[in-house]
Amino acid sequence: METDYQNLAFEYRRGPDQDAAVAVRHPVVVVGAGPVGLATAIDLAQHGVPVVLLDDDCSLSSGSRAICFAKRTLEIFERLGCGTRMTDKGVSWNVGKVFLQDELIYTFNLLEESGHAKPAFINLQQYYVEGYLAERAVQLPNLQMRWKNRVTGLRQQDDHVAITVDTPDGEYTLQAQYVVAADGSRSAIRKLMGLDTQGRVFKDRFLIADVKMKAEFPTERWFWFDPPFHPNQSVLLHRQPDNVWRIDFQLGWDADPVLEKQPERVLPRVRALLGEDAEFELEWVSVYTFACQRMAKFRHGRVLFAGDSAHGVSPFGARGANSGVQDADNLAWKLRWVLQGLAPDALLDSYAHEREFAADENILNSTRSTDFITPKSEISRTFRDAALKLAKDCQFARRIVNSGRLSMPTVLSDSPLNTADSDSFDGAMVPGAPCTDASIRQGGSDGWLLPHLGGEFTVLAYADGAQAAVAEVAGQLREVSGGAVPSRALLVLGAGQSVADDLNGISVVEDHAGMVARRYDLKARSCYLIRPDQHVAARWRDLSVDAVRDALARAIGQTKGPESCN
Amino acid sequence: MQLNTEPNLPNPDAFYEALIEMHQDLSVADSQMVNAKLILLLGNQIGDMVVLREAMALARKGINAGINAEIKPGINPATSPVADTGSEGRTL
Repeated sequence: METDYQNLAFEYRRGPDQDAAVAVRHPVVVVGAGPVGLATAIDLAQHGVPVVLLDDDCSLSSGSRAICFAKRTLEIFERLGCGTRMTDKGVSWNVGKVFLQDELIYTFNLLEESGHAKPAFINLQQYYVEGYLAERAVQLPNLQMRWKNRVTGLRQQDDHVAITVDTPDGEYTLQAQYVVAADGSRSAIRKLMGLDTQGRVFKDRFLIADVKMKAEFPTERWFWFDPPFHPNQSVLLHRQPDNVWRIDFQLGWDADPVLEKQPERVLPRVRALLGEDAEFELEWVSVYTFACQRMAKFRHGRVLFAGDSAHGVSPFGARGANSGVQDADNLAWKLRWVLQGLAPDALLDSYAHEREFAADENILNSTRSTDFITPKSEISRTFRDAALKLAKDCQFARRIVNSGRLSMPTVLSDSPLNTADSDSFDGAMVPGAPCTDASIRQGGSDGWLLPHLGGEFTVLAYADGAQAAVAEVAGQLREVSGGAVPSRALLVLGAGQSVADDLNGISVVEDHAGMVARRYDLKARSCYLIRPDQHVAARWRDLSVDAVRDALARAIGQTKGPESCN
Repeated sequence: MQLNTEPNLPNPDAFYEALIEMHQDLSVADSQMVNAKLILLLGNQIGDMVVLREAMALARKGINAGINAEIKPGINPATSPVADTGSEGRTL
């Protein structure tokens, strides 16, 4: 019998901190046990940083909420120990259809090139995502989850943050060297600190109806502009696991949010889409508005904001939860490196820098989608309809039609942690890019590249050719990973190559299909420095120990500026 | 300036005539729709954002927004840091 995550209640337990005479200090306190807080806490804990995770509630996401999880998010969850479970439970999809009135105007297919462990997207109710993460979290002895712990006070000191927490047993205080505020769009931490967010509120309302039914619809994303069953508005239909279907109705600004949630208003809308005879039950109903906004700064001293507390987007494009998990991925390793004394505190500034940049990109894309779906003027509506009408026959117009630009991980192209290219490379793996997956072989069995790249800094070098040349690259790799800044070495060998030498301490994979070489534009002796969050930090045509060490220093915030190496 | 404002049409009169004929017997709303489609088609044909932005700016030049509104300098998306970074999402 599968756990009923929707109705799961976690127990409040009185902890030793509540009886301590002096407030107990922890390295990291994460506030908010949503996908972002859980991901941050798990990442830290599984790399040896003790974490306290506070949540003011004792249950998982109410309703399905975020349902689209992108490949990059699944790759991150894989590293956190629950990616496969998510993919197995989720509904993988890659076909979408766009309708104008009662006519199909085009079909798209997200199916990527093969050679990736994870699908482009899965649909999975947020309570499953949180449930699987929570179950992973309890496996980690150095991660303390504290339900019904509400933060009511926060004071920043020179070397810590003092936090007041309210519980069913009354208040207690604790201290944290760093606080991660992952407490959602209505962030209590943000309010306690007197901070706000800036952006644009959209004057439109949407109705979510999650419907349970045995349907004949294929597993596809269907988007209607101005359909006959819901004139002048848009509708989105999407499949989730357990025979649940997400239907998203645009209602317009004048809709009454309370009235529109009543079953007698919702059922006729659903029947108009599904047909009078359809048998279904309502699983969850919600009416929402949204804003595209962000905090001016994601770092305030020892408090770091991540996910919805830091930025908000429209739901079109699945950029909320997916970008929040990327925040967690970016932040966790930096906190660990700073707390373990491996990097200066300034490394945390780069979290804010990189993720503010990413938030701007997400806000730009989601604002553009919203402006297409909800035109703000008559002429905007005319151009929108013109693009839709042309899209039926003209390929170019399909690229203009915007029913959501689905989340892609941000290329951190202007990050101060990057070392600019000095050599010429083709392809997408520029400094700042998230590493792409590829099929490899290791020790005679098939595998994937990405599991060899996360967690630590990795120096990846490519060798192809004579044994002596391979041995030379291996020797240099060993020298690099023995430097002051810890890193590990990964030797990628051309197809059919093997090594006889003792490669103690160096992982070796075989690029049996030439996929790694193609996607990373590798030639013999090409070398990449890859961050713990699997973003490219630097790359060279010729592996050089000094160059790698310079780039490593820059990638942990020791050297300021992109080119000030000395 | 990359926008060509020098004569480029071999027969300007024929072009103008065709443009007006395109709108024959149409309501104002339908004309608006036809114009919008034409602009999208021509925009794709030109395919150069620099040229298109120059054309848009020239078309708008000297035409003020509503009585009390002023033309704001605005943000030029071409120079805003997040535009055209290549990770704008999947085009559906």
